[in-house]
Amino acid sequence: MSIRFSFGGDEHIFGEVSEDMSLESFFTSLSMTNAVRDARIRGVTEICPANASFQVKFDPDRIRPADLMRELQSMESAASKSDASLQTRIIEIPVLYNDPWTHETLMRFRERHQDPTKTDLEYAADVNGLGTVENFIEAHSSQPWFVSMVGFVAGLPFLYQMVERDKQLQVPKYLRPRTDTPKLTVGHGGCFSCIYSVRGAGGYQMFGVTPMPIYDPAQKVSYLQDEMCLFRPGDIVKWKPVTRDQYDAAIEAVDANRFEPVIRPASFSLSDYNKDMAGTKARLMEALNGR
Amino acid sequence: MAVKIITPGLSTTVQDLGRPGYYHLGIPLSGGMDRFALRAANMLVGNDEGAAVLEAVFMGPELEFTAPATVAITGANLPPKLNGEELATWEAFPVKAGDRLSFGFLKSGARAYIAVSGGIDVPVTLGSRSTYTLGALGGHEGRALKAGDELQTGQGAGGKGSIPENLRRQPGNPAELRMLPGLYWHRITADAGKQFFADTWKVAPEADRIGYRFRGGTALDFVPREQPFGAGSNPSNIVDACYPYGSIQVPGGTEPIVLHRDAVSGGGYMMLGCVISADMDLIGQLQPHSPARFTEVSMDQALAARHDAEAALSRLRAHLGR
Repeated sequence: MSIRFSFGGDEHIFGEVSEDMSLESFFTSLSMTNAVRDARIRGVTEICPANASFQVKFDPDRIRPADLMRELQSMESAASKSDASLQTRIIEIPVLYNDPWTHETLMRFRERHQDPTKTDLEYAADVNGLGTVENFIEAHSSQPWFVSMVGFVAGLPFLYQMVERDKQLQVPKYLRPRTDTPKLTVGHGGCFSCIYSVRGAGGYQMFGVTPMPIYDPAQKVSYLQDEMCLFRPGDIVKWKPVTRDQYDAAIEAVDANRFEPVIRPASFSLSDYNKDMAGTKARLMEALNGR
Repeated sequence: MAVKIITPGLSTTVQDLGRPGYYHLGIPLSGGMDRFALRAANMLVGNDEGAAVLEAVFMGPELEFTAPATVAITGANLPPKLNGEELATWEAFPVKAGDRLSFGFLKSGARAYIAVSGGIDVPVTLGSRSTYTLGALGGHEGRALKAGDELQTGQGAGGKGSIPENLRRQPGNPAELRMLPGLYWHRITADAGKQFFADTWKVAPEADRIGYRFRGGTALDFVPREQPFGAGSNPSNIVDACYPYGSIQVPGGTEPIVLHRDAVSGGGYMMLGCVISADMDLIGQLQPHSPARFTEVSMDQALAARHDAEAALSRLRAHLGR
């Protein structure tokens, strides 16, 4: 695997680890960005890992673009050989699938959708050959997901499903992006799920909403007082389908600032995962459920 | 001293030189879209160049001052009126307690910078006073100003002087936006690349602090490929990646969008390259429907342009004795 480097104007270097998505590419991106951070290169101002690529922003008044390019290229072989393992967290996210708010929103934007006669969930079930919305929700929520990027808007996680590639859920993005998406919508586009941290434009299919805040610029939510964004690349997520009553109870707890998210420490090794996917996931679920 | 917002204009926000360091979380730089004009406004009123000012787009606010101060308006030609009497832009003027500042109709440009001696003193969030409205972060309560808001200002000695036209920087007609091809440029055909530079584009109505959309040019032809796993089915789709500031994405291959100070930090559309840092300010002064062309430059030319932009700032400082 060889990283394709490109300048992004006179202030960015962009590195594409691979055109397609894989956890191998994510880990190479993460070790490259960790190496750049540790090297404390003069003039580097932002270091952003992404799913299968990364970006470094720099001040060309302080370091010559060609010099930084050479320095990044020299880190490549070490990064691709580094041990792909993490001390991380597994986080349970309650989801009210098929909720009234995303339903109301998606009905307003049917003309931008591939199949205006179906809801986003019906369409996703259909294109993945799963027959029913219930089957799709089961496929979406039964397996853990890996946070392979944070961004788009503040604190939004991109999530990659931890199953064999041929079992991964894939759904095209809307034909034209919507101008509105409810806050905390659970969406999906390409092979990635996401949680919209703020209300706004979006092109991912909408499946449900979580009551659990993931971004708090006021830093008042009990678990977002130190960091206003919950997610970091490498976090692992397990969706938990909830009923409307459970959703309402969670919202009440959030409003009273007594909502306690389920977040447990976990470790992850890519080579263990590749050797024994089922066993690795079982251990992650044990870490989450304390058994 | 305070500034009372009598009417807010179309979208007036508190901005400084921005909030670097959080792009990896999806929190963009923010700050004035026309940083040159923002710095100039601050210089005129005797502030640090990076003090917080008001950025007004297309339509000015009406403000009332509670104490004497120095004020200057730069950027767009949005004619200021003090108690109804028209004043010049790019020139410092004194205000007294109870004075009202309003604005006439926009004559050219898009964004005016209103600097007040002492700077706008909203709380510093993640190192900056800039407003990031999409994330409800910074500025005054994380949002554009509303009637009835009251903003405190810092202590400032004030300043004086004016900036003649030859020291200002404004986009031409059509605006020339220099860009360095790269990123996913290889995804389009050579002919499509030539046509992209040959076309004259027009700023679309969807043009804001996040990005400027352009239309009226030719749709791109892509080099055929089997779409990589996870990218999505449209040829303009990529596996969601980081978006540089100034990057030119083309969803569906039809309408280029240049990301600006409140950029979304990443997403799944291919990018043709970036508008160079020296020309980002110009975009902030483009009105919807105004024509623009993209011009190809090399890295050396981009760095020379950056050097020229810095030299223009130095001339400004020298002119104002700073």
